Amino acid sequence: MTALAGVFTGGIVQTVLLGAALLGAISGMLGAFALLRRQSLIGDALAHAALPGICLGFLIAGGRELGSILAGAFFTGTLAALVMMLIIRSTRLKTDAALGIVLSVFFAVGVVLLTHLQGQGGAASVGLNSFLFGQAAAILRSDLWIMGGVGLVTLALVAGLWKEFKLVSFDPDFARASGLPVTALEGLLTIMVALAIVIGLQLVGVVLMVALLIAPAAAARQWTASLGAMVALSALIGAASGAGGALISAFGRGLATGPVVVLLATGAVVVSLLLAPGRGLVWQAWAARRARARIGDGRVLLTLHALARAHDDPRYKTEHGMLHAALGVTPSAQHLARLEQRGLIRAVSHPPETTPHWELTSAGYREAALLAGRSETDAEEQGA
Amino acid sequence: MIAAFFDSIPAMILLTGCLVGISSAVLGTFLVLRGNSMLTDAISHSIVFGIVITWMLTAQISGPLQLLGAALTGVLTVLAVEWLARSGLVKMDAAIGLVFPALFAAGVLLIALHARDIHLHVDSVLLGEIGFVWLHRVSLWGLEIPVSVASLGVVMAVNLAFVLGFWKELKLSSFDPGLALVLGFAPGVMHYALLTLTSVTAVAAFDAVGAVLFIAFVIVPPATAYLLTRRLWLMMALAVALSLASCLSGYWLAVKWDVSIGGMMASMTGLWFALALLFAPGRGLLAQGLRRGRVRADHDSAVLVAHLATHQGTDAMARENTLDAIMTHLGWTHARARAAILRAHDRGLIERRAGLLSLRPKGAAMARETFGPGAAGR
Repeated sequence: MTALAGVFTGGIVQTVLLGAALLGAISGMLGAFALLRRQSLIGDALAHAALPGICLGFLIAGGRELGSILAGAFFTGTLAALVMMLIIRSTRLKTDAALGIVLSVFFAVGVVLLTHLQGQGGAASVGLNSFLFGQAAAILRSDLWIMGGVGLVTLALVAGLWKEFKLVSFDPDFARASGLPVTALEGLLTIMVALAIVIGLQLVGVVLMVALLIAPAAAARQWTASLGAMVALSALIGAASGAGGALISAFGRGLATGPVVVLLATGAVVVSLLLAPGRGLVWQAWAARRARARIGDGRVLLTLHALARAHDDPRYKTEHGMLHAALGVTPSAQHLARLEQRGLIRAVSHPPETTPHWELTSAGYREAALLAGRSETDAEEQGA
Repeated sequence: MIAAFFDSIPAMILLTGCLVGISSAVLGTFLVLRGNSMLTDAISHSIVFGIVITWMLTAQISGPLQLLGAALTGVLTVLAVEWLARSGLVKMDAAIGLVFPALFAAGVLLIALHARDIHLHVDSVLLGEIGFVWLHRVSLWGLEIPVSVASLGVVMAVNLAFVLGFWKELKLSSFDPGLALVLGFAPGVMHYALLTLTSVTAVAAFDAVGAVLFIAFVIVPPATAYLLTRRLWLMMALAVALSLASCLSGYWLAVKWDVSIGGMMASMTGLWFALALLFAPGRGLLAQGLRRGRVRADHDSAVLVAHLATHQGTDAMARENTLDAIMTHLGWTHARARAAILRAHDRGLIERRAGLLSLRPKGAAMARETFGPGAAGR
């Protein structure tokens, strides 16, 4: 217990937690735009393409120095985005092929550089492997300043260009017609996605980075339809996953941070997909059930109404078997009970017969007449 | 002799690479044409989860059971992605980006927690270790054959049989799924059969090239071939040839520079792609640039002819039909005016007479056509 307290007050864990939360928040914030602009997989490609840049940065700086590594990653990431654009514009290849090519080839070159460095440096390059799967514990206090700086710049850009980014994300055609420099703004957003990826690399690594970008945004999207709330919530979920993952991987020895963070963020997505009000799967299933029940109730009511009209008697007592025959299926006890509870039908007896009978109450007759009128109008509209 | 071949380490590494290359290229040809390239990405990552789970359940790291069990994860991933996209809660690209990282992350964690002792290592999950495939051997017909070579050989045979046997069905369902459906060729069955085989191939190739480099083998050679030809059979043949060239040159360079063999082979596929992108006859960037330059020079020479025709035979001709006048009046740079004059001269439209530019009969005819009463927009 004292060890635990010691860990919490210790500078290293504070640094790692703060760094992880910061990285998660930045990625989550920018991921919201990537998700809305359907650029999720571009994030995947750019993240893989950062690997050669990491190695180049390491090679140039001659050691594990975060500034040059991030600059290298940013450089190759942006280069990958440009190559991808070139392939899509100048060849018959589709976007998905361009993504796959850029992703795998840049990564392969990265692998070659990585093994070259490992062959040379030995111990010095061990830190590079942490960029494959992320190692939050490798975050240094001095790294926090760089991350904080990048975080502030992105925050300022998002806040300053909020209206423009919003318009470009939702309706680029209208944005263009309104005279906004759409291409430049889209380019800026893609560059910011590249920046978010570069920032998140230490936390989750190149392979799983796409999840840190997409999962918080996809989870947040389920709960709200407002961009502001979505970006804020996405940043929050990203920060929570990042900090939680860093904490768990710090205690579970040898666990890379990336997979833990990704599983936490995916957990948030699963919960959101299931439970989000209005959109979630549980909610949808419940609504579908209610709709089915309402339609079933309506059919029983309409059948009783049709029989009453056919016999010219609003109080016509329909025998249970007759209802079955007219409805075509066994009337379910639930439908009947619910209609009775709503005061629309009444169970009655019709001596000397002993079987159960049903009649419409006056409220039930009115409701059924309304329903019948509506379904007749519908039928006419369909006929016309 | 044969035993010596299977004992030779370089031969086994090259053979493994070539088997991966051929098996991937024949499937990749159709995946690229159908726009399913990124499903390969999803499959190759998520099979890691399947490999760990089947290992935990059966304690087998290779063999048919392992192959099919792990491949099942790939197919389930595709189904999950398609179901998620159909639910309308997230778009297709986000669905891919959500499903495979989750499965991959789970697989990596399970390896870190339970499987540290076996040959599954977290780093080799990504990169594979084609240099060590010869270590793990199985005895077949009295020969000691590396397991990867044996399983990849079977997979290659199955893939080739599938592609050649269902050539017509695959071709039709890739280019016109609607017509394929109407004619009763079951494009849906072809779709899932193709992705199932992609999963099986990914599992078989996993030890050699890992999760990410496999994508390069599947997508890049067919995409390169696609830049070079429009014929399906030629595209597939070229893709296979490019794969083999990547394996051989990649191995040679990797040994020379002492770097990752799989990484170098995959990098070489990228090199061929870059060359095709730049220099493909007719469609490469260079050809496109040259064509653009020629079109522009033709247009400029037509403008030049029109300018000369306006002043030909008038008093102002001595002043107007000079290089200087063309530059000032048409707002052209010296280089552009020079290029237009040279092009017009080459096409036999103009000549230099007594220090002035003047039209030749062909140029005069062109000007008449431009300014003539029948010309549109005049």
